[in-house]
Amino acid sequence: MTALIELERATKRYAGGVAALRDADLTIGRGELVAIVGPSGSGKSTLLNLIGTLDRPTSGTLRIDGHDVGSLSDRQVSALRAQRIGFVFQQFHLTAGVTALHSVADGLLYAGVPRTERLVRAADVLHQVGLGQRLDHRPHQLSGGERQRVAIARALIGHPPLLLADEPTGNLDSVAGAGVMALLRSLHTEGTTVLIITHDHDIAAALPRQVRLRDGRIQAGSDG
Amino acid sequence: MADLEPGRLSPADLARVGLAGLRARPVRVVLSALGIAIGIAAMVAVVGISTSSRADLNRQLQALGTNLLMVGPGQNLFGEDVHLPTESVAMVDRIQPVTAVSAVGAVPEVSVYRTDKVPPGQTGGIQVVAAQIDLLPTIGAESAAGTFLNAATAQYPAVVLGAQAAQHLGAVVGQQVYLGTQWFTVVGLLRPAPLAPELDNAALVGWPVAKALLGFDGYPTTIYARAVEDDVTAVQKVLAATAKPEAPNEVDVSRPSDALAAQQAADATLDALLLGLGAVALLAGGVGVANTMVVSVLERRGEIGLRRALGATRHQIRSQFLTEALLLSGLGGLGGALLGTLVTVGYATTRGWSAVVPVWALLGGLVATAVIGVLAGLYPAVQAARLAPTEALSAPV
Ligand SMILES: Nc1ncnc2c1ncn2[C@@H]1O[C@H](COP(=O)(O)OP(=O)(O)OP(=O)(O)O)[C@@H](O)[C@H]1O
Ligand SMILES: [Mg+2]
Repeated sequence: MTALIELERATKRYAGGVAALRDADLTIGRGELVAIVGPSGSGKSTLLNLIGTLDRPTSGTLRIDGHDVGSLSDRQVSALRAQRIGFVFQQFHLTAGVTALHSVADGLLYAGVPRTERLVRAADVLHQVGLGQRLDHRPHQLSGGERQRVAIARALIGHPPLLLADEPTGNLDSVAGAGVMALLRSLHTEGTTVLIITHDHDIAAALPRQVRLRDGRIQAGSDG
Repeated sequence: MADLEPGRLSPADLARVGLAGLRARPVRVVLSALGIAIGIAAMVAVVGISTSSRADLNRQLQALGTNLLMVGPGQNLFGEDVHLPTESVAMVDRIQPVTAVSAVGAVPEVSVYRTDKVPPGQTGGIQVVAAQIDLLPTIGAESAAGTFLNAATAQYPAVVLGAQAAQHLGAVVGQQVYLGTQWFTVVGLLRPAPLAPELDNAALVGWPVAKALLGFDGYPTTIYARAVEDDVTAVQKVLAATAKPEAPNEVDVSRPSDALAAQQAADATLDALLLGLGAVALLAGGVGVANTMVVSVLERRGEIGLRRALGATRHQIRSQFLTEALLLSGLGGLGGALLGTLVTVGYATTRGWSAVVPVWALLGGLVATAVIGVLAGLYPAVQAARLAPTEALSAPV
C-alpha cells in the first residue's frame, strides 16, 4: 500500500526568490502522528500548505493518497481537499456571527452532503469534541480553546484521512492547548493521519515522530 | 481509487451562502440596494403612470367612440370665412356608412347673462348656439339635469347650458337667463362633453327659435357625424366633397378623438426623459453594488481561503460572489418594483384612474436588475476566485 504523503525533491520558491522549502523528501504513512518543528521562518507552514494542496511545489513532486498533485486540475485538488484533508489553523478562521453548529456543518458544504445531514453530523461532532452545550454559540461567545475545538470539529466532520494543524495551540494557554492536543491524539488513535506544526518542545517530544526543518531543508525525520 | 469529483453545491446552498454574506453587513447591503431600488422604482412608476393614463384614455374613447367626425366651414382661397350650405347636413346624412348626423350653428353677436342688469360685455365667453334636437346622442354627451331641447321647446325661448356655461351662470333648471334681448328658460344642463369640448361653454337654443328671435342665419357651423367604425376613414375622405360639392377645399373635417390621442402622445416625450433618468439611477446603483462587492471580497479573503481549504473550487467561489451580487441587486430590484407600483397606485388614485402596472415593466425591471447584478458582480467574483488559497488564508482576519 502506498504512503499517504510522498514528497520527492519538492522545492517551493516564492516570488522574490525566497526558497522556503528546498529539495524536501518526505514520506508519511497512513495513521501516523507527526510533529513538524523548526525555528520561525524555517518553512514549516510552507511544507504544510504544500501537503494540504493549498499551494503547489515549484519543482519536485507531491503525491497525496497516490494522486500526483502537480497534475491535478483545480476541481480535482478541491475535491481532494473536500474529501481527504482537514485543516486546523492557529487563528481558527471562524466567521463572526456564525454559530458553532453552522460553522462545523460548513465543513461538509463542498463535499456534496445535503444540508439536513450536515447539521445532524455537525451536532454529533460537536458533542464528540465536548461542545454539545455550545451548538448555538457564536465565536465571540466561546473561549479560545472552545473556538479551536469548533475548528477541529469542522475539520474532522468529513472524516478526512489526513488532518493538518498549523500551530493549533499557538493562541491558547497551556490548559486549553492540552485539551486540543488530547483531541488530536484521540483522532490519531482512531486512525487519522495527523500532522501538527508546533513550537512547543514538550508537545513535539511527546509525539511519535518529529520532522525537523531549518532554512527550508528537512534536517531530520524525513523517513519514519 | 475514488474519483476526484467535487461535490455539487445545490442552488439552495448557494443562495444560503450568498444570503449569509449579505446578512453579515446589513447597513451596507441596504444602502447599495437602495441605488438599484430608486432606479427601478423610477422606471416602473413612469411606465405604470403613463400606462394607467393611456388605459384611462382608451376607456374614455371606448365609451365615447372614435367614430365621430366633425365638419366645419373653412376659408376660401382669398382667406375669407365661408359657410356650409344649409342642405349640407342632409347631404352628409345620405353617405351610406353615416349612422347619425346633427349640427349646431353659431348665433353671432348674441350674449347670455344671469340677469338683465349685467352690463353688456361681461359674457364669460359663453357662445350662443342653435342646436338640432338630436345633438346629444350624436356627440355622445349627457344631460346633467333637466332635459335636452325637443321639437316643442325648440320653438320657444328655452335654453340648455353646457357644463362650464352652467357653472359660470350659476344656473339651475327652471331659472331664467337673459339671452339677447329677452328671457330664456333654462330647461337642461349638460355634463362635460369630451369629444365636443367647444359645447361646454355654450348656451344651446332651438334652431327655429334662434331664427325667429335671435337673427340666426340658419347656416350650420359644425356638423357632427357618426360613421360605422370600419368606414370612418373612408367617410372622412368624402365628407368635404359631400358637404360642399362645389368647393370641398373650403371645408374643414376633423376627428375629435384624434385630438385626445395626440395630447397623450405629447406626454410620451416626457416619459422618455424620465425613463432615461431612471436608467441613469439604475446604472449608478449598479456601480454601488460593484463597489460593495469589491470591498467585500477584500475584507473576506480569510473566509475565501477557509472555503478553499474546505474544498471549494474556484468556480464555486466565483458562483458564491456572483450570487451575492445578484441577491443584492435583486433585493434592490424587488424593493424598486414595489415602490414603483405603490407610486403608480398612489398617483392613479389621485387622478381617479385605475392603476395599471404592466407585467412586462416588472419583468423588465427584474431582468435589468439581474443583468446589473451579474455585471457588477463579475469582476469581484473573478478576483475572489483567482485568490491563491494560501494568500487568502494569511490575510489579516
Ligand atoms: N507568500 C510568501 N511570499 C514570499 N515569501 C514567503 C511567503 N510565505 C512565506 N515566505 C517566506 O518563506 C519562509 C518560510 O515561511 P513559513 O511561513 O513557511 O515559515 P514557518 O516555519 O511557518 O515560520 P513560523 O514558525 O514563524 O510560522 C520565510 O522566510 C518567509 O518569509
Ligand atoms: Mg508558520
